[in-house]
Amino acid sequence: MASLKFDNVYIKDSFSIAGPLESEGKIRKYDLTMDDYYYQEKTFLDAEIRMQKVVIDNLLYKNKMAKKIDVLIGGDLSNQMTITSFSAKNFEIPLLGVYSACATFAESLLLAATMIDGGKMKNAITMTSSHNLNAERQFRFPIEYGAPKNGTTTFTATGAVGAIITNEESKIKIEAATIGNVVDFDQKDASHMGAVMTPAAIEVFIKHLNDLKRNAEYYDVILTGDLGAIGSTILKECLKTNYGINLKNHMDAGCEIFLESQEVYSGSSGPVTLPLVLFNKILKNPKYKRILLIATGSLHSKDTTNQKKSIPSIAHAISLEVKA
Amino acid sequence: MDKDEYKKLVKQLTPKENKGKNAIIAFLVGGAIGVIAEGIANLLVHCFAIAKTESYLWTCLIVIFVASLFTALGFFDNWVSKTKAGLILPTTGFAHSVTSAGLDYKRDGLITGIGANLFKLAGSVILYGIIGAFFFSILGVIIYG
Repeated sequence: MASLKFDNVYIKDSFSIAGPLESEGKIRKYDLTMDDYYYQEKTFLDAEIRMQKVVIDNLLYKNKMAKKIDVLIGGDLSNQMTITSFSAKNFEIPLLGVYSACATFAESLLLAATMIDGGKMKNAITMTSSHNLNAERQFRFPIEYGAPKNGTTTFTATGAVGAIITNEESKIKIEAATIGNVVDFDQKDASHMGAVMTPAAIEVFIKHLNDLKRNAEYYDVILTGDLGAIGSTILKECLKTNYGINLKNHMDAGCEIFLESQEVYSGSSGPVTLPLVLFNKILKNPKYKRILLIATGSLHSKDTTNQKKSIPSIAHAISLEVKA
Repeated sequence: MDKDEYKKLVKQLTPKENKGKNAIIAFLVGGAIGVIAEGIANLLVHCFAIAKTESYLWTCLIVIFVASLFTALGFFDNWVSKTKAGLILPTTGFAHSVTSAGLDYKRDGLITGIGANLFKLAGSVILYGIIGAFFFSILGVIIYG
């Protein structure tokens, strides 16, 4: 079975850094904000490495856990995941680098929860980051090139988020998770990520509900990340026509970071989008007790898009329970 | 869920790009660049006593320089992306693509960075421009002798 239930895994603390545009968006309060994209470094690559380092440093310092972390699990969007490796070399913590594009944070949470619940480890840090200009260079055009974009494009968010996962009881419990398959619905447009990733989100969502014998109303909020505005519409329509589910308690992380006036087309994307919204909006609101995260990732590279291959996608679901 | 049905649904729910509006913006902006360039050429002829044929060469250089400078100053990418094909089709687009690639790859070194990537976007313009010119000149010889 692809769904796992956990008895003894909790989120102890989190730390978020948001980029200059993000901090002027819908969520105004982050732990730390950046004034510019360089973050006092010479290149954007160095900036993102520093962002990750600051996140880990703060988590360790705030919780006085410098020597207590058993494993660091995380990833980013750069080639060969260099940013995560380069930031992790500053710490004496064993590293597991993971990649599932924008579902990276969910994958690291899932792995950390499984290890801790199995009793093999006690404390882990899960972490991810993305930087708009590094992603532009990686997946699109040179940074200063102004290619006209259509309305379906999403804008990679800049930020880094880390969380301490532990077996000590706290308010936020990681209750269950469902690992998703890679699905391919023959979508080829890399500027329409919502359409690419929606089938993966639906697949894991239905599997999660069936495995745990729940319905969509069980959750106070279902947070997808990051389908964007157009992807969210496709998701709701698909669930209604194919499964008869009328999704009312849905929120998409891609639509929660930027204001419409910030001209980010279909919304925000990047692995950091979902955890930014989760830790700075959803978990700050006491009305959400049962939270389902569905993190979606588009698994393409520039080469596969140039060779006109269809884009596979993946999604993982994680259920959180918040105690009053 | 069926793949074909899903494709239909995506098509139906994806807002259409307003191609007419994009074309009009591109026409007006591209045309404006032409008018400005013509103005510069006339200015060169009348104020600097440069021959008419030579003035177009100088105009071209000025437009390329300005586009590259604006790219380096960091605001030209917004202009290019908002004006659709308006600034891409004139020489400004070529200059912009070369300068932006140069700026982006300068940290990767002179050979492996700037050298290898400067014409990343403009390379196809050069290649197919040369091939096009070759065949059109043959065509020209055949027709006009």
